[in-house]
Amino acid sequence: MIRIEPRNSTSRAFALGIPILSAVVSLALAAIPLMLAGANPIVAYGEMIKGVFGSVFSISEMLTRATPLIFTGLAAALAFRAKLWNIGAEGQLYLGAMAAVAVGSGAFDVPGIILIPLIILLGAAAGAAGMAAPTYLKIRFGADEVVTTLLLNFIILIFLQMMLEGPLQDPMGLGWPQSAPVLDQGMLPPLVDRMRIHSGLIIALVAAGIAQFMLARSVWGFKLRAVGENAAAARHAGINVNRSLFGVAIISGGLAGLAGASEVAGLKGYLTADLSPGFGYTGIVVAMLAGLSPVGVVIAALFIASVFVGADSMSRAMGVSSFLADLVVSMSLLCVLVGGFVAKYRIIRADTGKAAR
Amino acid sequence: MMDILNILLSESFWAASLRIATPLIFGVLGALICERAGVLNLGIEGIFVVGAMCGWMAVWLGAGLWGGVLIAALAGGFFGLLHAILTVPLGLSQHVSGLGITLFATSVSYFSYRTALPNVSSPPRITPFQPLDLPILSDLPFLGSVLFQQTALTWLALLMVGVVWYVMNRTALGVAIQAVGDNPDSVDAQGLSVYALRMGAIVAGSALMALGGAFLTMSAFDAFFFGMVNGRGWVCIALVIFASWRPGKALFGALLFGAFDALQVRLQTEMGALVPGQVFLMAPYILSIIALVIAARSADYPRALLTPWFKGQR
Amino acid sequence: MPEQVLSLNGLSKRFGSVVANDDVSLTLRRGEVLALLGENGAGKTTLMNMLFGHYLPDAGTIDVSDEAGRMRPLQLGHPQAALAAGIGMVHQHFTLAENISALDNITLGSEPLLALRRDRKAARAKIEGIIEKSGLKAPLSIPVGRLSVGERQRVEILKALYRDARVLVLDEPTAVLTPQEADTLFENIKAMTNEGLSVIFISHKLREVLAFSDRIAVLRHGVKVGELETSAADEKAIARMMVGAETPKVSRERMAAGAPVMQLKGVSVVGRSKRDTLQCVDLEVRAHEILGIAGISGNGQNALAQVISGLAVPTAGAIHIVDSEISKPTPQAMVSAGVGRIPEDRHREGIVGAMTVAENMVIERLGDMQVQSRGLLRRDAIQSNAKKLAKEYDVRGPGVTAPSRLLSGGNIQKLILARVFEHAPKLILANQPTRGLDMGAAAEVGRRLLEARERGAGVVLISEDLDEILGLADRIVVIRDGQLTETESHDRERIGLMMAGEAA
Repeated sequence: MIRIEPRNSTSRAFALGIPILSAVVSLALAAIPLMLAGANPIVAYGEMIKGVFGSVFSISEMLTRATPLIFTGLAAALAFRAKLWNIGAEGQLYLGAMAAVAVGSGAFDVPGIILIPLIILLGAAAGAAGMAAPTYLKIRFGADEVVTTLLLNFIILIFLQMMLEGPLQDPMGLGWPQSAPVLDQGMLPPLVDRMRIHSGLIIALVAAGIAQFMLARSVWGFKLRAVGENAAAARHAGINVNRSLFGVAIISGGLAGLAGASEVAGLKGYLTADLSPGFGYTGIVVAMLAGLSPVGVVIAALFIASVFVGADSMSRAMGVSSFLADLVVSMSLLCVLVGGFVAKYRIIRADTGKAAR
Repeated sequence: MMDILNILLSESFWAASLRIATPLIFGVLGALICERAGVLNLGIEGIFVVGAMCGWMAVWLGAGLWGGVLIAALAGGFFGLLHAILTVPLGLSQHVSGLGITLFATSVSYFSYRTALPNVSSPPRITPFQPLDLPILSDLPFLGSVLFQQTALTWLALLMVGVVWYVMNRTALGVAIQAVGDNPDSVDAQGLSVYALRMGAIVAGSALMALGGAFLTMSAFDAFFFGMVNGRGWVCIALVIFASWRPGKALFGALLFGAFDALQVRLQTEMGALVPGQVFLMAPYILSIIALVIAARSADYPRALLTPWFKGQR
Repeated sequence: MPEQVLSLNGLSKRFGSVVANDDVSLTLRRGEVLALLGENGAGKTTLMNMLFGHYLPDAGTIDVSDEAGRMRPLQLGHPQAALAAGIGMVHQHFTLAENISALDNITLGSEPLLALRRDRKAARAKIEGIIEKSGLKAPLSIPVGRLSVGERQRVEILKALYRDARVLVLDEPTAVLTPQEADTLFENIKAMTNEGLSVIFISHKLREVLAFSDRIAVLRHGVKVGELETSAADEKAIARMMVGAETPKVSRERMAAGAPVMQLKGVSVVGRSKRDTLQCVDLEVRAHEILGIAGISGNGQNALAQVISGLAVPTAGAIHIVDSEISKPTPQAMVSAGVGRIPEDRHREGIVGAMTVAENMVIERLGDMQVQSRGLLRRDAIQSNAKKLAKEYDVRGPGVTAPSRLLSGGNIQKLILARVFEHAPKLILANQPTRGLDMGAAAEVGRRLLEARERGAGVVLISEDLDEILGLADRIVVIRDGQLTETESHDRERIGLMMAGEAA
């Protein structure tokens, strides 16, 4: 007979080792689909590594890819810490992007020193509004936020198409569903000449640092953790649970909105309906790999971005579908889940009699 | 106003409603079984994709239409089993595991499709299920043309409503599933296996969900497209709450949604000049949220939903 | 001498370093009521869980008589085997699904799962036959969620009898009943033992053990320390056997009550169920006074506790704490007004298990300058405060920076006591403060409450344990259907009748 029992404590080695192990295992498991697709896995892994670390340019590509993932990863990590299931980062990202082009593409022709903060602030505000609404429905009516945020993703995507064929459409765009470009002075400055890496990354890193500090050291973070771990006890102790949830909803939505604003104003320059290849959903994987720790989010985002960039490059070289990257990412989520179980519980054979309850 | 009335009275409108409702009926029934047993299955969206892909692929490879249905159900059951292992004996977060299953099932489907068909510009087509034309019955006024424009899969969906209702309410198995979703200890104390009941329910429910996906590629359309499931799974998760976990109400909810979607398409063609088409496209999703908000306060969630249970810990 | 039906032979079970049972042997005879007596944590429940197959013993065997009366070894660790051998267990926490009927609960697991039809008629006839013989009446067709606690317990026993149990184990069966309901239960049990059923009933209440059992076995620290015929038993001697020393008695001196510290005036709460409802309640608690709230669980205690905790906003009426009205009751407002709250379920409401002991000690006072400055936590101050309190209140565990869920139940309660008493509350709400604690820890809670009373606090003590209320309270109020009735005296019988709603 097998029994499952909680460990008394989870060691630090486990906490750090499990995400790393999950990442490695999911990459190793990718050998199976690679072989099924007729590719030599060793060569394919080589191509992937070369595709990420082969040149300064490829590293810059990876960091560029990691930037929105840090934002959406933080959005998921903070919300999940409070057990607020924000699965709507994808939609909030587009809200942020729409706000960014709405103010940035000529509505206000002001110097960059004003325009850039305006784009960032409004992008965050739009994302925040996108999470505030379902959180309100949850608090006021008890409507499950998982479902509402998921459905809002689809609504927002359709709304985006409507905007791109309507008010936000570029008059010079020959009827394509795309927005007018962000004014030059509104673009986030690039970090390295002639590379795509931009200062959105700096904002993302600063956001992660602030989140880490606030979570551990502030009363706000204390309340958020209490609400997430045991809402009934938090409420009994006098913590305003709804206010805490609403607060983290605004921050979480705002971070997702920043992902959209930074993609538009840092990288693309204009908005189309395929701005995000699922950054919002991938952010959930990033957060889980990070063990919901903000600093961990940065590391996990770098890993996931490497998988995407590496798989893209491998795909071009070897003709294996780049959906392989999505496969690795989803497998790493499942692996880290199982790993979390191993860290939290131990499986014992009850008939040895060494059971500890 | 007259226009809407004309639409509502037309046979083709109701036939379309039933057609749109069919995948949702499968999906809501599947979600209902899982949640009745106490496990939320957010893998539904991905399982739809798997069902759509596997069913289509099987037919394309020559398995025949019913062979495709069977393979879709098996594939759905497989991903359900994965979710079941993660959430039942391992007791992991049902939210995260479900989302993981959705991401995994979707990427497996897309990767397999791309790998099998690397260089096709337009997706290959199969001969899908055809409307069942039963003599005499098809000639019934109104109902005849609503019902007998449907394919065998729609009939299967309607049949499953009855089957699920009967099993849930009239058999010992159904009572045990309801009990395990309310208080697993009640089942354990009577010598039944909580794990087996829950895992079985998830696998069976997931197989049903996959049929919803299979309907898309084998009846509604005749090919597989990326993004074709388009949130239908999530809609089912909202509808099951609206249906208060009852098969009859699930059918009603799915039909209501189907009717609304069909109406939306017709209004779009009639009023497209006045309002952007996207307003109508959004409407079904907004309707789902509204239905959820209305139902949420009074919703009688299965008491043990989301709560893992471990043997020997009470 | 009637024949044996059950014998436990040298059962041992350890959990990690804790010995839950050490070489325990017991026999049970046909038609006998055996009381298994011991304090919380003495190993009674573990022993019964081994009998029922929930736990696998480290050593020892169990023999059960078959239908022909021959003793046969029981396959250990398999609830199915125990059920098949005719052992039925009624757990302290009911194992009923509330969304299905009593009939469905009773037949659950005894019908083939994959059959297309059920024979409900035959099942109903069999159950009604059992009800007839035993007197255990309960509605069979409506969802169990709508049954009263007493009815649910009868359904639990019916479940076992339906499966032809020859040995019935009752784990603390009277904990949720009024004294009169308990009497009826024991009458039913007598009726069943006359039919040949054998019963083990687990309890820590000496009084009922002496009144209703044939034989008594006492466990202490997992070891059987005594076994004797009830007719030869002496209350004091058994108590000493249970505790290993004299019972630590908390003594209460008479004290003149002071000024009111809490007044509820016409307070009503409209809740979803009876347990969440109060009907126009008036209540006054004075300084130097412990007010006991007696009642069967689910009669509005929850609503009353929530109002005093600030968790429920009354639909009508006024709350005064000391001499100011609380116009907007929130937990925060109550804490600031000087209310200390000991919640009913310490794991669920008392602590955030994943957060540290130190954090849980300040969780009610995040606004204080000792805890934070400008929104940032003063981590050193929080830690030194926790160390001080842990020492003062004897909170033992792996340290103040460890997650609080690692503490034992008694130490979690001490953590909560420290948090509450440290700030000299004027009013203390103690909701089931000793439930699940061993005698030492329970006595400590009683001592702290009396100390607070001496200091000038008023205490509202909500308890389902009438003995606890009789021992600690200066005044007793009975709660029934969301209404309060003051009692004139500490008369157990009369209070019992009032709890059942049978006294004017």
